[in-house]
Amino acid sequence: MNALLAGHAMRAPHASFGSGFAWAFRRDIALAWRHPGETMLVVAFFVLVASLFPLGIGAESQILARIGPGVIWVCALLSAFLSLPGLFAGDYADGSLEQMTLSPHPMSGWASGKIAAHWVSSGLPLTMLSPLIGLQYGLTLDTLGVLAAALAIGTPVLSLLGAACTALALGARGGGMLLALLALPLFVPVLVFGAGAAEAQATGLSPSPHLSILGAGLILAVLALPSAVCAAIRIALD
Amino acid sequence: MNWGYFASPATFYRLAGWMAPWWFVIAVVLGIAGLYVGFVVAPTDAQQGEVYRVIFIHVPAAWMSMFIYFVMACYGGVSLTFNTRMAAMMARALAPTGAMFTFVALWTGSFWGRPTWGTYWVWDARITSELVLLFLYIGFIALANAFEDPRRGDRASALLALIGLVNLPIIYFSVHWWNTLHQGSTVKLTGTSMHVAMLWGMLLMAFSFWAYAIGAALVRARAIILERERRTQWVRELAAT
Repeated sequence: MNALLAGHAMRAPHASFGSGFAWAFRRDIALAWRHPGETMLVVAFFVLVASLFPLGIGAESQILARIGPGVIWVCALLSAFLSLPGLFAGDYADGSLEQMTLSPHPMSGWASGKIAAHWVSSGLPLTMLSPLIGLQYGLTLDTLGVLAAALAIGTPVLSLLGAACTALALGARGGGMLLALLALPLFVPVLVFGAGAAEAQATGLSPSPHLSILGAGLILAVLALPSAVCAAIRIALD
Repeated sequence: MNWGYFASPATFYRLAGWMAPWWFVIAVVLGIAGLYVGFVVAPTDAQQGEVYRVIFIHVPAAWMSMFIYFVMACYGGVSLTFNTRMAAMMARALAPTGAMFTFVALWTGSFWGRPTWGTYWVWDARITSELVLLFLYIGFIALANAFEDPRRGDRASALLALIGLVNLPIIYFSVHWWNTLHQGSTVKLTGTSMHVAMLWGMLLMAFSFWAYAIGAALVRARAIILERERRTQWVRELAAT
């Protein structure tokens, strides 16, 4: 991890938001690629939990089609949440995070790069897998498309919100439970509109209002949350 | 007037100790007046009968739950911007009172919902977002106390309060945005659709709760100051007398 760090950060010829973003993104993707187990765990958890519901509730196809979008959203939300501690905690524990703040790149650049890499290695696989789970729940093709679209817009918001929460909780007592208490309430609006989009499509209404609000939320999150994440990291390293 | 003077914990401790009882007196006087107006003066509701009178606790508590969060986030913002210790202590001191009012709003709401809607709980937009507000308060308190260094907890929880601020407009406008079971607001700046005595009862109770919240926050802030400053000279002198 530190070898990757030393290789690029310190030799950056011109430090800018873009170069910091690209460096951190490439580094975290490379790390995720070399330890594919973590991403696989997120995906396996998603599939496992989603397949527990039909076993617990009963396999009546009508009920499953009715609850499918909501269940898949909750499962995706929980899987994205479970992968959050890996975002900053490892780098915080071995001191890499402190080294990165000393690098010439602006903090918002590499922090955004890390969040983007987190989404690519957790939110994106979940989004791509969701139609498959949706088929198991007997959702129609239109609903599957809307569900995947809603997840594609919504999971980056989850990554951004979760990054802020996990940065706030760095070094705190209570670890995972504390992170759940911080992050899950903030995830609620995303869940409501994300599941609402697929639900609207399933009941014959237009999903576009829900998707528009999700998109507006994504824009707001992209603009506002990286600076909140930076502030949280500064507080953690103080 | 130099406001920075009161940002010093030692001066604020004395000021709060002097002010807190008066706020409690105001809270009791307004509370008695509000309950009198609510239970005696205000007429029986044409549709709901006597059960509507829970409004005199429910609505002021719901107002305060949102307002206290807003004030708490403002104190958090001040403490992050100017790095003042007292603002962070006030944010901490407000959180339990805000959580209490949120809980009261939910609790009285479910007692009101049972006879009028026929159910204790619905997953209605406003009720759900009020529940989220309760979790935001609990998360704030948990994060503030999760660190060895109290200053670290101050700053992390202040930032969390600011991030959670996006929930407030969602709660406030939820009854306009979603047409669900919870009724829309009847009190507006441009005139209300309710009896004057009912409005006065609600306003008196809201101001009573407000005064109580200030008093409770001041008392709690005093306790936090003593705990933080326990190694300073003035607290030792205070303890010695």
